[in-house]
Amino acid sequence: MTPFLRAIRAEFAKTLTTRMWWVLAAVMFGYIALLAGGLAALFAGIESGAISPDAAGTGGQGAPPLGSLPPLVYSFASSVGYVFPVLLGALSTTGEFRHQTLTPTFLANPRRGQVLGAKTVTLFLAGAGFGVVALLASVGVGALVIGAFGVDPLLGDSGTWALIGRTVLAMAMWAGVGVGLGVLVPSQVAAVVIVLAFTQFVEPLLRFASMFTEVTAGIGNYLPGAASDALVGASFFTIASPTGTSTAMLEWWQGGLVLLAYAVAATVGGYFVSWKRDVT
Amino acid sequence: MPVGAIIEFSHVTKRFGGVTAVNDLSFSVEPGRVTGFLGPNGAGKTTTLRVLLGLVTPTSGMATIGGIRYRSLPQPLRTVGAALEAASFHPGRTARNHLAVYAIAAGLPRARVDEVLHTVGLDAHGDQRVGGYSLGMRQRLGLAFTLLGDPGVLVLDEPINGLDPEGIKWIRGFLRAMADEGRTVLVSSHLLSEVQQSVDDVIIIAQGELVHRGPLSSLETQIAPRIIVDSPDRAALAAALGRAGIEFTTGRTGLLAAAPDPALIGHIAFTAGVEVSALHRQKKGLEDAFLALVNDNAHGHPHDEHPNDEQPHDGKPHGSNPNDTEPHGTGGEPA
Repeated sequence: MTPFLRAIRAEFAKTLTTRMWWVLAAVMFGYIALLAGGLAALFAGIESGAISPDAAGTGGQGAPPLGSLPPLVYSFASSVGYVFPVLLGALSTTGEFRHQTLTPTFLANPRRGQVLGAKTVTLFLAGAGFGVVALLASVGVGALVIGAFGVDPLLGDSGTWALIGRTVLAMAMWAGVGVGLGVLVPSQVAAVVIVLAFTQFVEPLLRFASMFTEVTAGIGNYLPGAASDALVGASFFTIASPTGTSTAMLEWWQGGLVLLAYAVAATVGGYFVSWKRDVT
Repeated sequence: MPVGAIIEFSHVTKRFGGVTAVNDLSFSVEPGRVTGFLGPNGAGKTTTLRVLLGLVTPTSGMATIGGIRYRSLPQPLRTVGAALEAASFHPGRTARNHLAVYAIAAGLPRARVDEVLHTVGLDAHGDQRVGGYSLGMRQRLGLAFTLLGDPGVLVLDEPINGLDPEGIKWIRGFLRAMADEGRTVLVSSHLLSEVQQSVDDVIIIAQGELVHRGPLSSLETQIAPRIIVDSPDRAALAAALGRAGIEFTTGRTGLLAAAPDPALIGHIAFTAGVEVSALHRQKKGLEDAFLALVNDNAHGHPHDEHPNDEQPHDGKPHGSNPNDTEPHGTGGEPA
């Protein structure tokens, strides 16, 4: 086995031998299942007429132009769930600093760049795994609910499956962003606060605010969450845009490249900021 | 059987910001012997060991194992086993998994994990999370990590800290056995008494600089034996010693006479008609020689000016060990 493969296997063993990965995965599944199921029920109910628009509080104007409902519900896997792979990645690196396990790690493999590379690959794959779990929640529960209202869940549609594949890719890259953030900000508490504050508060506000003018909207497209939504191809955000239309988002592959750039920049920066420093 | 290699430090200097932790340190450590690496807390021991292990980059100089830097070793864990002071465990991981992670990373067979757990006596606790371990168990797990690759060189930072008497006895035998097999064993401690029963050689540093190196017995010659004598009439005693031409200093528990023989001092007092209330050899052992060396360097004045002769200087009650079977300690016995 090559040294790099050994390093990847060791990082997998690290990730899987504490409880963190399945606790995060379980919380993520429950959270997405609840939101996807709930909103699928509401919108599918309106669309099928099972729920009257008046009851839904839309002022009797009928359902808003939602575009296609199923992709929106399915995209919750990444648009809502992306914070979980970020946390997984950030905790996997900050944990090494916090518990001083960098010492045995670098004793067993003093090639530090190789260790960080192996960690990135490992967490990328773990993030893809999180993507699958998240899709089980959004597509599994969402399609069930949509189907129950007699609306077509579009499971035979190739567009749906493209969305599913791109969601897995997005979640994998988000874990890579987390690894990068963790080496950039090795303090675990600080990293977690940044992840939660940025993903749950700062970025949504920035994205919303940026939509009001053409220029800022162009910049807003390069925010990591916007890039991720572009990659996946659908999001609650693009539909809730104040201009009423999904303003020129990036192409899906552009979004993917932007997200990749964030992950690579953070990881390479973090390598110099913390990873190659003295371990004391 | 793994072969020991020579550890060599050559002009290692490490500065953290403006603080010099280690200053131009050069020494070597031979295989087949247990070498004690001693110095007070903050002397730079851990920094020195971390430089050796490639965890800290020296400002200048270099440290090698068998002529190779740690970061260039083709199979580091098979060459060097190291346990550093800091508890480097994820509390939520079991001991077995902790070891397995690094066995995988170093390309070692998984069977080694169970073997080393058995060696350090943790087989029954291998599937327990390390968060629930006592300090002694963590020390043993640290030791198990060092043995994973069955290395020829062992580097242990304060391995005796936190062990119970049973564990201390065990580790002493363990260190001896490792050296007898021809391995290089480097053990750091801030207390000579902790390791003096097991070490062959000592390297003593203070404030980042080498102050002594050599066989353990070489420490003894550092200290001339002295006599503590006291009298209800201390002035008369001092006068008598002065007339006899004995140099002395005044200490808390009496006069500290620079003479090797208590009988001589007793005779001087007797002929001067001075009542003697205390008369015995100063209880200075290797530990005091060690502390004197360390303090000389730290405070820049000679050790004879310390009158608190019978008190361990660092306030820790390790100075006199009841199990002391150290063969070199004959000069240090109280009269």
